Amino acid sequence: MIVVLNKDELRIIKEQDVVPYRNRVKEHAVKIGMGLVNQTKLITAASELVRNMLKYGGGGIAIIETVSKGRENGIRLIFSDKGPGIKDISLAMKDGYTTGRSLGLGLPGTKRLVSEFNLESEEGKGTTVTVIKWKNG
Amino acid sequence: MSTKNEAVKALQKRKKEVLEQWMKNQLQDEGLRNNLISDEDQQQTSDELLNLLIDALNDSSIEDAHSRDFEKVLDVLSGISISRAKQGFSPRETGVYIFGLKEALLTTLQKDIKDPAQLYSESLKLSKLLDNFAISSFETFIKGREEVILRQTDEITEISTPVIHVWDGVLAMPIIGTLDSARTQIVMENLLQEIVETGSSIAILDISGVPAVDSLVAQHLIKTVSATRLMGAECIISGIRPEIAQTVVHLGIDLSTIITKATLASALKTAFSMLQLEVTKKSKSNLLQQSNR
Ligand SMILES: Nc1ncnc2c1ncn2[C@@H]1O[C@H](COP(=O)(O)OP(=O)(O)O)[C@@H](O)[C@H]1O
Ligand SMILES: [Mg+2]
Repeated sequence: MIVVLNKDELRIIKEQDVVPYRNRVKEHAVKIGMGLVNQTKLITAASELVRNMLKYGGGGIAIIETVSKGRENGIRLIFSDKGPGIKDISLAMKDGYTTGRSLGLGLPGTKRLVSEFNLESEEGKGTTVTVIKWKNG
Repeated sequence: MSTKNEAVKALQKRKKEVLEQWMKNQLQDEGLRNNLISDEDQQQTSDELLNLLIDALNDSSIEDAHSRDFEKVLDVLSGISISRAKQGFSPRETGVYIFGLKEALLTTLQKDIKDPAQLYSESLKLSKLLDNFAISSFETFIKGREEVILRQTDEITEISTPVIHVWDGVLAMPIIGTLDSARTQIVMENLLQEIVETGSSIAILDISGVPAVDSLVAQHLIKTVSATRLMGAECIISGIRPEIAQTVVHLGIDLSTIITKATLASALKTAFSMLQLEVTKKSKSNLLQQSNR
């Protein structure tokens, strides 16, 4: 069972919100003593997902949680927007697929960087991405 | 159509007293930075604002802070807030300004309305109205401050991307902070221009100061390298820390076509060998020369 120890919520509506948000994620990771490599992976994943939310979802809410499962601590990030949603999720998860003329690595790359990855999306309703990075994961 | 509301009538009649009381209230608050704005300017704007407010007050608008009658009042108020934010006033000073008006209005009301119940109900209406003005002026105050911050960000972006001429034909550009789209544009322009001006053939982009390389930053780096190559120069990316290297690999970014180095020093070494230069220790080479003899 996952227990939430600490929760932080930020509204992401403009480009200028990205850096403060990332710094906040870093603070949480440092606080639980996450190592430098995992920290960097988490922050990079956060950066990808928050940019997607801005670019494709028209902004939304980003939640940062310190969570624990048994003896393992970690950081959970939740991104939810009320944008157009993703029509074909498995296509969006393919390396190199993009509708925004970028590298198309954000979603598949993020999945490789974190411990747990979950994407829910409904066309016309919005998208929610949840990831967890365990401290030693 | 004549006004029925006692409060509106009273305020119309005693406009001058309200203004005087308001100015007095402001001077009373200690710690106000009177030097930022002259008393005359202050008096004039306040007079204008009060005129607009009293003109806008009528039997129905006094009950509705969102009435369209207050459009002009809000315009002037937001103008004042923005200019104060830019001049470096504290929110407290802007607050005192508006709450000072509220106090003056309520004090003046007491002189004409003697029935306590009526005084209370009219005071409540005016309070609501003025509180609402205060909220909207805080919102604009913050917007004004945000504009200042944005402007400063632009300025920092421009000065924070220096191109350093490290050797004949070799340029280095340390990048510190996030490489967003706007920043990349400036980095690229500065770099390309400097390549032309100095006739350099090698550019080193050092990213030791970039906190995270996500796919957007990577795309910008790749673009910058391509543009440099189009100019006939080679571009080396240095300062890739081990944790960044690992992350980039997991993300799936292919940097194999780019020359990457861990440190600026090793990038410089590579640049030297590309230019067929050799840096040797003086004493050692002397020794070698002697032994060769
Ligand atoms: N929050 C979102 N809302 C709608 N569509 C999204 C969202 N996030 C990603 N997508 C879609 O998934 C595609 C792949 O995303 P990603 O892997 O991050 O690559 P990129 O951002 O380079 O396009 C995007 O091009 C977009 O079409
Ligand atoms: Mg993306």
